[in-house]
Amino acid sequence: MDALFLARLQFAVTVGFHFIFPPISIGLAWMLCIAEWLGWRKRDPVYVQVGRFFAKLFAITFAVGVATGIVMEFQFGTNWAVYSKFVGDIFGAPLAAEGVFAFFLESTFMGLYIFGRDRVSKGVHWFSSLMVAVGATMSAFWIVAANSWQQTPAGSVVRNGRAELTSFYDAIFNPSTMPRYLHVVTASLVTGAFVVAGVAAYHLLKDKDSVFGRKALRLGVAWGLVFAVLEVMPFGHFHAQQVARTQPEKFAAIEGLYTSQTAAPLVLFGIPFSPPPLIKAKVEVPGLLSYMAFGSVGERVRGIDEFPLEDRPPLWLTFVSFHNMVVLGLWFIALMGWAAFRLFSGKLWEDRLVLKALMWSIPLPVAACQLGWMAAEVGRQPWIVYKLLRTSEAHSPTVTAAEVGFSLVLFGLIYLMLGALWLFLMIKKAKATPAPAHA
Amino acid sequence: MDLNTIWFLLVGVLVAGYAVLDGFDLGVGALSLFARSSEERDVYVASIAPVWDGNEVWLLTGGGALFAAFPIVYATVFSGFYLAFMLLLVALIARAVSIEFRALVPSPGWTKVWDWAFGLGSLLPAILFGVAVGNVLRGVPIGPAPEFPWQGSFLGLLNPYAVLVGLVSCAFFVMHGAIYLRMKTDGELADRMGRIALGAFAAFLALYAAATAATVVVSPFLFQKTSNPLFWILAALLVASLVATPVFTKTGRKALAFVASSAVIVFMILVAALSAYPALVPSSTSLANSLTIYNASSTPLTLYTMLVIALIGVPIMLGYTIFVYVVFKGKARPGEGYGAAVAGAKPASARR
Ligand code: HDD
Ligand code: HEM
Ligand code: HEM
Repeated sequence: MDALFLARLQFAVTVGFHFIFPPISIGLAWMLCIAEWLGWRKRDPVYVQVGRFFAKLFAITFAVGVATGIVMEFQFGTNWAVYSKFVGDIFGAPLAAEGVFAFFLESTFMGLYIFGRDRVSKGVHWFSSLMVAVGATMSAFWIVAANSWQQTPAGSVVRNGRAELTSFYDAIFNPSTMPRYLHVVTASLVTGAFVVAGVAAYHLLKDKDSVFGRKALRLGVAWGLVFAVLEVMPFGHFHAQQVARTQPEKFAAIEGLYTSQTAAPLVLFGIPFSPPPLIKAKVEVPGLLSYMAFGSVGERVRGIDEFPLEDRPPLWLTFVSFHNMVVLGLWFIALMGWAAFRLFSGKLWEDRLVLKALMWSIPLPVAACQLGWMAAEVGRQPWIVYKLLRTSEAHSPTVTAAEVGFSLVLFGLIYLMLGALWLFLMIKKAKATPAPAHA
Repeated sequence: MDLNTIWFLLVGVLVAGYAVLDGFDLGVGALSLFARSSEERDVYVASIAPVWDGNEVWLLTGGGALFAAFPIVYATVFSGFYLAFMLLLVALIARAVSIEFRALVPSPGWTKVWDWAFGLGSLLPAILFGVAVGNVLRGVPIGPAPEFPWQGSFLGLLNPYAVLVGLVSCAFFVMHGAIYLRMKTDGELADRMGRIALGAFAAFLALYAAATAATVVVSPFLFQKTSNPLFWILAALLVASLVATPVFTKTGRKALAFVASSAVIVFMILVAALSAYPALVPSSTSLANSLTIYNASSTPLTLYTMLVIALIGVPIMLGYTIFVYVVFKGKARPGEGYGAAVAGAKPASARR
């Protein structure tokens, strides 16, 4: 195994592990902000109780998110030195802006929110929960902007052996930033709503009269439905349209379109094989892909056969991860829709089937997020910066395979332990009886 | 002043801010290894719990700023110090989660594990930061432009000079932490912290003097600025804060002692930075191969854009940071660990 492969594996493992936590943090932060608002303005002690309860889950997740994020901040320099030199003129700025505008806000008000309940007025306390949520959401913006520049570079020219900035605005608002940002943030909101709804469902399964459970569930289901719908339509759809225009080979890979054609079909199900690239057991709708990507059945969509072998991304992983994400997205709408319907009919508290489905679906949005990033990042290969720098040329030349191997094993073990501890603590605190409600 | 110099200063400010702020919580963490009881350790943790993460963001932002302004330094040094960096990251991970986890399960065994993680996770960075600074001051093995290839090894980093500077930083952070903790506590514990601070100061002063003498031998090129009046002004301020720290500590001026020890680290960093300027990372193969603020920087457009970002962002950040420190001023309230606070327990103000 060479240093490059190990460096890639290490990056995938550490960032994938890190990204378990941000969607939960961002989503829960907004759910907390809503609950604290209702508790404060309506003087409703049950919402304060909901806030306190989920603040515990939030704090645990936040801590692990911070711990694993520190690694990411420095890993570009340690493992991807050539890449860092090549992109530094553009890439470092959003990273620094993330620190100045977002991390400070998030972590400073986090301290105030968690520890300040008895030190500041209710209004200021609510405001601190808002700032935590705003900070987390802004941090997502900067890092997603940086990543999007890597996917669809803009506002820069290659000069003196590196990418040099020509327009900060164009680099930050490159063609994929907004579609990706909206998609990622909404994904996080779905994740947060599922955590609240699923945990509330657990408490209702134990005691269907739990006032805490009912109010939390109503909150989770209402927002969960809204966000689950928005996530797919418009944000998923527009994101896919953007990929079709800006990264056609990735689009061909994730959609499983292996020959260019007009009236291209949308593959609903299939099992990809290669080489030569082909999809078995295919279920498809003729013409739908052309229509969804470019607005008309007559449009021609470029298949993977149009691109030289050395520029093609891996086909199996991109197809499978993308399609599973989409299936999950449809499941989220169905489940939340069903739960909302039972809520309106006043039957949700007794409907043990829906409650169980909600409870067992807690991890699924996190899974969808991981699959989405896999599709996006593996689909970008073989480029580390699309069309400008190949991944195979970008790692640190002076770091040996043994060194990367060592740190990979080290982080692997630590992360396994951290993951287990995090799960243990989350489950323990999620199952705990909420502290009695008093304002 | 050109943009490159401004960014040299700004990175210096971030490093100094980090050393002052995270410095005291690293010190408190290292001291917690020697706490006399579990309750006492709760006080240590409570004294930093609401603010430590904000403090650590100074490091993250410093990293980001270095990446943006001087990408070649970010890439060359971080990949060169690979294993040392991985060690540092592991320590910072252990520390970050232990502050949160230790109070979550009410079992002595559980708490003990996380207390060790917290203590060692604080002690190790306190030493490693010094080792890193020592290596930079000594010069690191980088070859000629434009690639600046790294020609060193992990063990090469652990040279006697760098280890000495590591001890300097460790002694300083312990002193700084003790002074902070004294300010946040009362009674016997506060008195003990006063004594520890004085002891740590003596150790720090001796080590710092030794390190300075060693620097004359190891890196004579750092003493070329002695004709610059600014050098002497900064050196005088450093000496003044070095005198003020033990004096204020002895006379029980707790807050002033903290200001003085913060000034010590700030002026230490400024003196070192001025001596190295315009080099960021001197090369030990030949001074001509050093990474400077000119050959390692981003383009003027990026530096300018970043300056605008800093001018907008930093004042806002300072505003709410000060606000939060004011909210949490006064004595630490034990029971204010993360776990206890979110569990809804009223902070026990009884221990005031
Ligand atoms: C879409 C959102 C998102 C994405 C793609 C990433 N992160 Fe992250 N990160 C967050 C969203 C986030 C967050 C929500 O702001 C965190 C996560 C959990 C948390 O509690 O804060 C956080 C924490 C966090 C921290 C600790 C901040 C602190 O101490 O307060 C650092 C240094 C990073 N991240 C850095 C990175 C880097 C370098 C990434 C890219 C490889 C990355 N993150 C991907
Ligand atoms: C947080 C969610 C993310 C996940 C789950 C994720 C996932 C992955 C995966 C699976 C790979 C390996 C691809 C391969 O080698 O085939 C990868 C590579 C990489 N990604 Fe991401 N990524 C995420 C975010 C980011 C962000 C925000 C950035 C930059 C700002 C980024 C930059 C990179 C780089 C530099 C590599 C290494 C080179 C490579 O192998 O392509 N990633 N990521
Ligand atoms: C039918 C529904 C969906 C569609 C059409 C869709 C579309 C897409 C597309 C095309 C990408 C790849 C972008 C790229 O390669 O750059 C993507 C990525 C992603 N998706 Fe989805 N998605 C859907 C549902 C979901 C759901 C339900 C979630 C999570 C709750 C999710 C989370 C993500 C994430 C985190 C990424 C990676 C970041 C990015 O590139 O945006 N997606 N999605």
